[in-house]
Amino acid sequence: MTHKPDSYEHNMVLAQKQFRVLGTRPIRHDGVDKVTGRALYGADIDLSGLIHGAILRSPHAHARIVSIDTSAAEAMEGVLAVVTAADLGDSGDKMIDLGEGEQNLSFLRGNVLASGKALYKGHAVAGVAAASLHVAQEAVKRIRVEWEPLPAVTTTQQAMADGAPVLHDGLRTKELGKETDQTGNVAAHFRYDKGSPDEGFAQADVIVERSFDTATVHQGYIEPQNATALWNNDGRLQIWTSTQGSFVVRDTTAAILDIPVSQVKVTPMEIGGGFGGKIPVYLEPVAALLSKKTGRPVKLVMSRQDVFEATGPTPGSHIRVKMGATNDGRIVAAEAWMAYEAGAYPESFVVPGAMCVFACYDIDNIRVDGFDVVVNKPSTAAYRAPGATNAAFAAESVVDEIAEKLGVDPLDLRLKNAAKEGTRRADGVKFPRIGLVEVLEAMKAHPHYQTPLEGPHRGRGVAVGFWFNVGLESSCSISVNSDGTISLVEGSTDIGGTRTSIAMQAAEVLGISAEEVRPSVADTDSVGYTSVTGGSRVTFATGWAAHNAAQDVVAQMKERAAILWGVDAGAVEFADGTFRSGDNSLAFKELAKKLSETGGPVTGRATVHPKGVGGSFAGNIVDVEVDPETAKTKILRFTAFQDAGKAIHPSYVEGQMQGGSVQGIGWGLNEEYFMTDQGVMANSTLLDYRMPTALDLPMIDTCIIEVANPGHPFGVRGVGEASIVPPPGALANAIHNATGVRMSRLPMSPPRLMEAIWALESNPIAAD
Amino acid sequence: MMPKKSYVQAVINGESREFLCEPRQTLLEVLREELGLTGAKEGCGDGNCGACVVIQDGRLVCSCLELAVESAGTEITTVEGVAGRQELHPLQQCFLEDAALQCGICTPGFLVSAKALLDKNPDPSEPEIRLWLANNLCRCTGYDKIVRAVEHAAERMRQEA
Repeated sequence: MTHKPDSYEHNMVLAQKQFRVLGTRPIRHDGVDKVTGRALYGADIDLSGLIHGAILRSPHAHARIVSIDTSAAEAMEGVLAVVTAADLGDSGDKMIDLGEGEQNLSFLRGNVLASGKALYKGHAVAGVAAASLHVAQEAVKRIRVEWEPLPAVTTTQQAMADGAPVLHDGLRTKELGKETDQTGNVAAHFRYDKGSPDEGFAQADVIVERSFDTATVHQGYIEPQNATALWNNDGRLQIWTSTQGSFVVRDTTAAILDIPVSQVKVTPMEIGGGFGGKIPVYLEPVAALLSKKTGRPVKLVMSRQDVFEATGPTPGSHIRVKMGATNDGRIVAAEAWMAYEAGAYPESFVVPGAMCVFACYDIDNIRVDGFDVVVNKPSTAAYRAPGATNAAFAAESVVDEIAEKLGVDPLDLRLKNAAKEGTRRADGVKFPRIGLVEVLEAMKAHPHYQTPLEGPHRGRGVAVGFWFNVGLESSCSISVNSDGTISLVEGSTDIGGTRTSIAMQAAEVLGISAEEVRPSVADTDSVGYTSVTGGSRVTFATGWAAHNAAQDVVAQMKERAAILWGVDAGAVEFADGTFRSGDNSLAFKELAKKLSETGGPVTGRATVHPKGVGGSFAGNIVDVEVDPETAKTKILRFTAFQDAGKAIHPSYVEGQMQGGSVQGIGWGLNEEYFMTDQGVMANSTLLDYRMPTALDLPMIDTCIIEVANPGHPFGVRGVGEASIVPPPGALANAIHNATGVRMSRLPMSPPRLMEAIWALESNPIAAD
Repeated sequence: MMPKKSYVQAVINGESREFLCEPRQTLLEVLREELGLTGAKEGCGDGNCGACVVIQDGRLVCSCLELAVESAGTEITTVEGVAGRQELHPLQQCFLEDAALQCGICTPGFLVSAKALLDKNPDPSEPEIRLWLANNLCRCTGYDKIVRAVEHAAERMRQEA
């Protein structure tokens, strides 16, 4: 039987302030629509005259397109248009801001429809629009493409080898920040240096150096990508899509199609998961071109196979980590060499991986080398703390081994070396107030850690991880209704309850309840620019915009109260939901009724681009049992810890921690792209990819640690990402504790673990 | 000329519905595209995610795996048929109170699956709930809050019974 906690009883509220609304658990505003089937997701849209599209995708991982003949498809009854890269044209090149990173326009365009070469199996080659989806799918099969298959590379080792097939003839390696003439598949090599690693290792009594490999995994959202476009007769393009960033879709699509952003309106539909994978555009420009050619609204929806084969997985990686410590438990030097697969186009998230690899530790001497490597796989996209999980698996495994060699408690070793306010990371950034020490202390004190684990084949592991979080731009407006409620309009698509966490921050300011706010997520014509739902930023930044918009409302309503009372607006105060001046007082709701007679409606607005981002640290304690016959790892008990800053809605904070933890568990134990020698994914169904099910897991206990972020008016840090970082490392350490083997490869699936156990049994000394 | 479409009659959410469909159309496609019932979602199209499940004659069925013509004469409940006219079903209410959804795309499937479970077994254990719900994938929640919501709904329904 697995452990089942009674409730979420161990949350630690360290934030000092008392709030009325923040920290409570109201029912989410979009909840009823989502439990009754009424909520409209991208694929649910219907429009007058809607037609359907399908995409032809490359059967080869790497192949030159000699010719494309679309005539047979175009001749089919019911087919209304066919488009290829030739219709896309060349809109030049520049850097495009994707919110959590940027990308070359030429790469974005090349990924939408392949031009000249297909760079991965599943690369889009052509699009068809037809009266029915079935006709479109049949027409796609009638497009004749003459291919010249080329050898493919699917790992960094293959791609970096001498004489490896080259994906991009024009790619030149950026070496330590400088352009070079070096051709090949390495887009960039960069380095972070701090202190002197050589001198540091010279002081060390214990040095551990290990190599690690992690498989390509997918974000695994349940809703496939979709896009519906109408290129109207007035030249205006409307897009309905499930996206993490409607403005990013607008700007990217406009750039690819070479039209002004003002000609594009994006309506964000409800979104069925994203985790970073629904930031890039795939279908939108194709749907737009098909609509332009047909004069009809066109809907494109991916199949699950398309999702696996053509949308951003997270990078596979090869990482070497070396760390040295003195006998008294001080980590004195660390080195990492990290090569990440970017997929077909550069930008693999190796940069954040390199920034995070040793971020949990205050180490004087560090060197990190990072390599961004293109391979014949889909172009990678962000996945929850992108780059950090690969790095933490490596670093946390080595830290655990050092603790074992020194004979100290693994949490004590981490506490002794924990990064804190003022610690300088290898990439040069000095930490502001952070909560890693509090996370580690909560782990140590937790009943889970205090309860001994007994029984054969069982082991316990711990690990910690870091993610920066981001700020970025957000906009919000508020209208005051005559019944004392407010309507709140914001631009962050709601993937996990953020309408509510944003509304709660406005309610807190105005002294009303969360239920008295009606939040809605608006299209790109109806709200100010708002960056992606990503980087754990929505509750932090868009919540801040709501806070400021509510302050704007308060300022304007003070003036109204002043008119009513015949006093100067400066003499009106507002606290606890009530305006006061001398003996006069009016609750927010009462004054809301009097807006018409005091000058008309009140609307508040705010835009923010906040600094003061508070990084988030997460930790796990996990108990496992490894079946000695099958090497299947069963999780007996799992506790996730995270510094959330102020937890606005604790249920959804816990939900982020649980969801991220389980994605990390899947990454650690099961999930991977099985690639054939031809560079084809052999397990592109949900049955064969095998994400965790309810049956694979115990309850995921949570402990929220609230070290208020001084950079946010309510102390919010953001909570969406850090939870995925520690699980693979914690599981590896638990498996070591249970079996004696140190797993150097993800996933730690039964066949891999069985082989490692057999290797240890047959040669225990060599395996050490 | 042979007609391309077949006539089908089925009882859907308590209402007799008639529709025409092509033999190749799945029940899911007809529910969504012909009948306007978009609550059932397509996450995979091959029966592995559970986002499209419906209750058909008392059995849980992936509507993406059944041809619409096969549904003739059957009784089908989709997520749109779970709530009463005014009141939510206790499962829906507990999913909201327990924050058992994040993005919500898998929620219709979980609600329909859980309803089928509680229809058969009003007091399921945690392992029974996990086994039953193993046909439904959720990528957001890690299942913890979903399992709790089903337990709470079962408890509430037993008290009300």
